[in-house]
Amino acid sequence: MKILVVVTLKKDVLDPQGKVIHQTLDGMGFENINEVRQGKYFEIDINESDKKKAKEKVEEMCNKLLANLVIEDYKIIEPQ
Amino acid sequence: MNSSVITFPGSNCDRDMNVALKKFGFKNKMIWHNDTELPKSDLVVLPGGFSYGDYLRCGSMASKSKIMQSVINFAKGGGKVMGICNGFQILVESGLLPGVLLRNKYLEFICKNIFVKVNDKENLYFKNIKKNTLEFHIAHNEGNYFCSKEQIKEIDNNNQVALYYSDANGTVNENTNPNGSIKNIAGIFNNKKNVLGMMPHPERMIDPDLSGEDGSIFFENLINNLK
Repeated sequence: MKILVVVTLKKDVLDPQGKVIHQTLDGMGFENINEVRQGKYFEIDINESDKKKAKEKVEEMCNKLLANLVIEDYKIIEPQ
Repeated sequence: MNSSVITFPGSNCDRDMNVALKKFGFKNKMIWHNDTELPKSDLVVLPGGFSYGDYLRCGSMASKSKIMQSVINFAKGGGKVMGICNGFQILVESGLLPGVLLRNKYLEFICKNIFVKVNDKENLYFKNIKKNTLEFHIAHNEGNYFCSKEQIKEIDNNNQVALYYSDANGTVNENTNPNGSIKNIAGIFNNKKNVLGMMPHPERMIDPDLSGEDGSIFFENLINNLK
């Protein structure tokens, strides 16, 4: 089963990379952008047929390694 | 005094640290990250570098390596653990120190000499150092210290800041902050002050012909304090 995870910086954490991407997009003529935040995306292929169990395992991975909860939030995208 | 320097894949200041520790009288051993047991040590050092290529987050992979469980147990039992640069990043990722090190505010890799103001001398690392500021070297991309509002309160209440970025006179302000760190923090302790993490490299300041001498002051003082 493939599970997708998105990790983003918390709202009150400065994201200088997102800011530079925003400025560059502005410079390229993409107007009306309010904000750009950069994040990380993971595809985890896990040997588990039970959706709930798989999600719990991935949640544990997020808490222990994939995200640093001091600065980041994670979102697990429901398995297909 | 026995010390141990842990080498992770991608560490590149481990041998400099070995040279510095030996120069000031430590009997140092190099320990591989895949080892599980620490030799008897009075000081454990996590050196600078780019462990695991800085993948995911700086220090995150190294903080889960086999030897780290022993390092964590050693620190929890009161053992002295010092992390320099990437070693500091590993310490925050392992939970031994609060907070996290973010990308430098202006997205530049900074490599230069800086001054730090010693905040607290009631600890084994800086006790008896006569100078109030030290000239060290920094070389990092992620040295922007950050923590939650609750954590900074706790850090201040327990006087856990070890070093602030300053000028030569000890002035701490925005102009002396190279990377955007909260309150100019360059190094912190855990609440028992046996664990120290700092971005600056004292091991690069041990030869007056090549760099400076303030690293010598630091190591000489440290071994005397540990005796």
